Amino acid sequence: MKKFFSNKRKARSFREFLYITPFLLLVLIFSYYPLYGWFYAFFDYKPPKPISKDLFVGLKWFKSMVDTDVKVKQLLTVLRNTFAMSGLSLLFSWFPMIFAVFLNEIKCTPFKKIVQTVTTLPNFISWVLVYSIAYNVLNSTGVVNSLLMSLGIVDEPQLFLQSSSHIWFKMWLWLTWKNAGWSAIMYIAAITGIDEELNEAARVDGASRMQIIRHITIPSIMPTYFVLVMLSLANFLSNGMEQYFVFQNAFNKDAIQVLDLYVYNLAMGSGGYSLSTAISILKSVVSVILLCLTNRFSKMVRGEGFI
Amino acid sequence: MSKKGNKVKYKPSPSDRLISIITYIVYTFFAFVCAYPFYYIFINSISANNLSERGKILFIPHGIHFNNYAQVLKIPDLFRALQVSVERTVVGTVLTVIIAGFLGYMFTRETLWKRKFWYRMVAATMYFNAGIIPWYITMRNLGLTNNFWGYIFPVAVQPFYVILCKTFVESVPKELQDAAEIDGAGTLRVFFSIILPVIKPILATVAIFAAVAQWNSFQDTLLLVTDTKLYTLQYTLYQYLNQASSLKALVNSSSSGVNLAASLAHAQTATSIRMTVTVVVVTPIILVYPIFQRFFTKGIMIGAVKG
Repeated sequence: MKKFFSNKRKARSFREFLYITPFLLLVLIFSYYPLYGWFYAFFDYKPPKPISKDLFVGLKWFKSMVDTDVKVKQLLTVLRNTFAMSGLSLLFSWFPMIFAVFLNEIKCTPFKKIVQTVTTLPNFISWVLVYSIAYNVLNSTGVVNSLLMSLGIVDEPQLFLQSSSHIWFKMWLWLTWKNAGWSAIMYIAAITGIDEELNEAARVDGASRMQIIRHITIPSIMPTYFVLVMLSLANFLSNGMEQYFVFQNAFNKDAIQVLDLYVYNLAMGSGGYSLSTAISILKSVVSVILLCLTNRFSKMVRGEGFI
Repeated sequence: MSKKGNKVKYKPSPSDRLISIITYIVYTFFAFVCAYPFYYIFINSISANNLSERGKILFIPHGIHFNNYAQVLKIPDLFRALQVSVERTVVGTVLTVIIAGFLGYMFTRETLWKRKFWYRMVAATMYFNAGIIPWYITMRNLGLTNNFWGYIFPVAVQPFYVILCKTFVESVPKELQDAAEIDGAGTLRVFFSIILPVIKPILATVAIFAAVAQWNSFQDTLLLVTDTKLYTLQYTLYQYLNQASSLKALVNSSSSGVNLAASLAHAQTATSIRMTVTVVVVTPIILVYPIFQRFFTKGIMIGAVKG
């Protein structure tokens, strides 16, 4: 051993490695080690029985996803929901950008600051709190029903949360309520970077504010927008489960269940550990392909990727 | 030539003015939509409970009292949940910040054995995860289900924060470290007496990000914990919202102790408990938010540069 460390620099280099090993171990245990759990997709795993060789079932779970009409239908419903939610987000992905552009047009700084502060706040509360707010505002004695009834628009309280009507759009609304102000910050930073002389030159030439927005502001923040669209394309299948989990109930379950939530419900609700792992493996594979494709596309268009 | 001297005065055209007015109206609406729910829940939590239960409190509080807060904190489950939430936030944040700062520093040291490899190993974990089922099984195998440390260890090393710190340490003049090392300071000594004082701003940013994430965390309780003693505030709130029956039992048990002379206005109702707990859960976020706001734009910008 002593010979190995004869070089003082080497000894130090190794000592420094020892300092960081506990943290590297944490990363190995909690980020890399769980990957071995992908094996469960190829076994007939029923906890708490430990996994053994004779439980090996090969691709049974992958095939079982499509072996009966009921299952195919179920999977298609889940995919439809996932595509609808991600699609809506993508379709309206310009909203935070426009939000930032016009916010920047406001000349009264205190007003601008207040709007920015207030609209960013929801980003920092959890989905449970968002749900709690939705619950308190929308339940039968909540402010929305109270107002609608006193204005005579409806005769009896509407059950907004216990219904599946327009659920995709409602989920998009809550997502936007929570995130739009925060997403706008990125664009505001990009707008601040625009050379003021450009705007002034345009003004001297008699450009109106709309013309400046159209021909200077928006083109300058397009690269930012492009990257964010590419990222949301890469995450098309991953809506996360938390939002949909807190909002789900017996009435809207069919329409709200996205892929991530389905994987959770399948495993924790009905004990289908192996099947749900198989589904999440497929999801990961598709996601990696999407990431590579969008990254390559981004390289093609802008000359650089985002990974 | 100063920039101000260059400024061209221009007269807004009528169409520009119209845009201005519309912008103000629209943003006032956005700000209202984001802020009002918080205000609505707050005024209901301090208003007479028999009024709030029937949805009579919309804009102005009536019969102001703070009895609800005293009552809510007397609920044993809720008080314990508050303790768990505070504990995990404090412990988790301290650990995450120390690790992010230390690893960020170590990854800038060229003497570290296989530095690039370890750095990439940590950074790569931003781009994949095993999925919730394999993760859950891993946690169970490690004995981290129904265990307080299950809230802490898995999120202790956050690659994004490590990258933030590394970028920051790189901006510190190398001469500072070199001088200290010539004077005989070792790796750790340099970290504690030279680097740590200099990187305080970025550590503050990381601390606030990490604290908000810990406070808001919900999914880990959902997956890992069945022991009610380890429930967090977020999870308890979720239960209050979703299991009306448990809340009703709570209302009955708390009102049985109240003497009949106590007015209806102060007796607990399901609505009052829900609203009050919501305020309790959201308050810490609102309190740190002003500090947060100073930091997060900076955080985003550094994040955008990325390592």
